[in-house]
Amino acid sequence: MKTILPSEAPSVAAQSLTKIYGRGNTEVVAMRDVSFQIQRGEVVALLGPSGAGKSTLLSAVGLINPPTSGRIAIGGRPVMNGPRPLVDLRAFRRKHLGFVFQKANLIPFLSALENVQVAMEINDAPPRQARKRALELLEYLGVADRSRNLPAALSGGQQQRVAVARALANAPSLILADEPTAALDSHRGRQVMELFRMVAHEQKAGVIVVTHDQRALDVFDRILEMEDGVLRPSASAS
Amino acid sequence: MNLALRDIRHKLSRFLLTAVGIGLLLMIVMGMAGIYQGLSEDALSFLERTKADLWVVQRGTRGPFAEISRLPWSLEDRVHAVTGVADARAFVSHTIQREYRGRPLRIVVQGLAWPRDNGRTLPLIAGRSIGQAHYEMLADRSLGLRLGDRIPLGKDLYTVVGMTTGMVGQSGDGIAFFTIPDAIAIQYDLPGEAVRLEREARRSRLTKQDLGNIQPLLLERAAGPASELPALGTQNVSAIMVNVAPGVDPGRVAKVFSGWSDVTVYSNDVQRDLLLKAIERNRKQLGLFRRLLVIISAIIMALILYTLTLDKVHDIAMLKLMGARNRVVVALILQQALLLGAMGYGLAYIMGLWVFPFFPRRVAITRENLAQLALVVLAISVLSSLLGIWKAMSVQPNEVVS
Repeated sequence: MKTILPSEAPSVAAQSLTKIYGRGNTEVVAMRDVSFQIQRGEVVALLGPSGAGKSTLLSAVGLINPPTSGRIAIGGRPVMNGPRPLVDLRAFRRKHLGFVFQKANLIPFLSALENVQVAMEINDAPPRQARKRALELLEYLGVADRSRNLPAALSGGQQQRVAVARALANAPSLILADEPTAALDSHRGRQVMELFRMVAHEQKAGVIVVTHDQRALDVFDRILEMEDGVLRPSASAS
Repeated sequence: MNLALRDIRHKLSRFLLTAVGIGLLLMIVMGMAGIYQGLSEDALSFLERTKADLWVVQRGTRGPFAEISRLPWSLEDRVHAVTGVADARAFVSHTIQREYRGRPLRIVVQGLAWPRDNGRTLPLIAGRSIGQAHYEMLADRSLGLRLGDRIPLGKDLYTVVGMTTGMVGQSGDGIAFFTIPDAIAIQYDLPGEAVRLEREARRSRLTKQDLGNIQPLLLERAAGPASELPALGTQNVSAIMVNVAPGVDPGRVAKVFSGWSDVTVYSNDVQRDLLLKAIERNRKQLGLFRRLLVIISAIIMALILYTLTLDKVHDIAMLKLMGARNRVVVALILQQALLLGAMGYGLAYIMGLWVFPFFPRRVAITRENLAQLALVVLAISVLSSLLGIWKAMSVQPNEVVS
């Protein structure tokens, strides 16, 4: 059930994004004239074959790898104009974006709780407050009982839940997930997808999930498909 | 949240092992400084204990601490007679090596002007000072002798009646104190056969000369002990130590001795400088080793920290992706470098306390040396972290995606 407030700015709005790698004979157009909007609370699947430009799009929207041209606004605020950042990208990522990857990428020397807590402390949250919220998030995602464990002691599914908790730590307006269920079995994969849906709706965050998993597409509000760097017209998940 | 400490906790055994390695290196650096300090202190300890104002030595020499100096013992009386001199004592010092209980025993033999000086001002740790004119000795504990030991030196047996501590010569050999006549007797002792041959040579020389034939008494004397031949039996000492009377300018007294054509006079400070110059080459060598070890420590620390950073590249990329400021990443590496340096330093000190007493030469650790090394460790910790910091700064957040 979507809970989008019409008065709110979209979680992310991308306009005419193009990304070109290399120059001259070695030039490769990884993404061409891509435009889309994702509302707060909306969960969107991004599909496409390998090399379609999905990860390039995710990197551009995640302010990791700037586009060659085009504009990006997050939470209504313009952040990129072509390759030129309009904000301090690192600070903006810290406050407004959450990331989940195929591998959980948890910091191996921090416990599950600390992995979530550190994301908030990086964002200048007081340690005690950060710890309290980290525990709440782990409870919310059903892994509070493993909060003291190091990542190596957690199963793949538990690690991904902790990674989701970390992505949610600073209440971001946009969560980007790159094949978050690829390393999980179908049951756990579906659980994680449903988690994103729950998080998007309850936390009012836009969620883009790059996935190859066709079995869990019913979880998404909308599906975007990319091929050869071009975004196809969007389709409803159902 | 302190990321550096948490990372260390995660790889504690590896970190501790690394710290032990750094600690061993720093212990050697500390030891080098301590050996030099010990060398200086040992060399100067006797000089400082004597508190002599002036040293009268053989003309044209730089004194017993730099080269051989020989003076007649009777010079002590001449010196004593000079106005302004409160005390004059002969200084006899030489090194001998003998077998004792099946092991080589190197002893610095020093004479005490008994009975005025019976060794009571020495740092005695057991026994008593010298109580008679002959056949008693005080031994430094570094010689490995025990109270009551009877040591054959020359043709006599000397009993250890007192033990001192920290009394070693320039070469690090322990000092044994005797009365001056005993010290001279040990120095000039000759084997019986050599004495017999010398007497025979004397007699032979005399019989070939008219004087020997005219004065038969001379032939009789030549067959006796050397000390009974005034022309031959002058007893030599190394130097005369002089103390001037209170209120008297040592320079003025030195001026009197300067007028004597058979001696050279030095102030205590000049003798001190001469002593330090004698160990200058050792100091330079130790200093060079020390510098090399500091550089090696810095390189090893830099490589360790670089490797530790390489291990964390993915985590650093993740931190940057989450928006961590550069100072978070710099602090992670710098704090680990400082902790490694601090632990290495602490371990070096602890291991040094345990190991240094077994070194053949005394290792004197001073507060100044410890403070100096602490600053050096701080500097190499910061410098060696630069390579790791540079690597961390070059990590891009998109490396998480790759």
